[in-house]
Amino acid sequence: MDLKLGHYNKDGIEVVDVEGEIDVYTAPRLRELLIDLVNKNNYQLVVNMEKVEFLDSTGLGVLVGGLKRVRAHDGSLDLVCTQERILKIFRITGLTKVFGIHETVDDAIAAKKSEK
Amino acid sequence: MATVEVTFTPLPAHVRTARLVATAVARRSGVDESLLDEVRLAVGEACSRAVEAHQRHCPAEPVQIEMTDSGERFVVVVRDHAPTAAARPDPAAPPGDGTDRNGVGSGGVASEGVGSGSAGSGSAGSDGAGSDGAGADSAGAEGGSAIPAGFGLAVISGLADDVRVLSTSSGVSVQMSWPSTAAPS
Repeated sequence: MDLKLGHYNKDGIEVVDVEGEIDVYTAPRLRELLIDLVNKNNYQLVVNMEKVEFLDSTGLGVLVGGLKRVRAHDGSLDLVCTQERILKIFRITGLTKVFGIHETVDDAIAAKKSEK
Repeated sequence: MATVEVTFTPLPAHVRTARLVATAVARRSGVDESLLDEVRLAVGEACSRAVEAHQRHCPAEPVQIEMTDSGERFVVVVRDHAPTAAARPDPAAPPGDGTDRNGVGSGGVASEGVGSGSAGSGSAGSDGAGSDGAGADSAGAEGGSAIPAGFGLAVISGLADDVRVLSTSSGVSVQMSWPSTAAPS
């Protein structure tokens, strides 16, 4: 399986664990999951990218799409990522300014709570 | 003659294969380990772009990649055979349809036709997921593009120091290269 997805709720925030490669072939699954979570009224999302081995512009598009969806409900979508190889594509595209990117899931959750 | 040529059915499932082959050939050609992630990403973007173009215009035609170890540089050319809008006689197509894909080569990034108009017209993809399938602008089908068309090329430009896009009436070729050093004998 190129992409493994899982999600759980922690402190009222839905955390999505992503493992593997997010590319043109696998990105639709992540997209569907994010849509599904929003449809179930989860508007505070954290996507954990620490086990993502590859991310391309299709994946970025899915994340941006997810961000837009939650923002339509005054929610937020933050990322957890410390891998330089993945952060690189966010930097190249300027998306480091768009997403809150944290070092751990707990950091991301704490940041969301302090925003409220 | 290219060192390695790969021809593949234009399906999202095969883009990864192309990435892996390109990375392997790059390594053999002496591209520095620190650049291999960039090769993988850039080739993946170019192939995704080509796959999407073929799915929209010529799904029965394969996409081609040529990888050449030219001694000092490792060169990759990804060719698609999707005709550019100028050559396609399709008066029924809305103005933005298709040009955002192939027009990027001759124009700038994110030209007209961004998002909803093009993404809605059959980029359903053959991966059977029933969702928007390929392409960075697939999210645009929901109304308003999340990522504009041409984003992939912008990403490629940020990853390879030498990128050339050639757009002709018979398709687009994206050429990228990275420095390589000859393997010690």
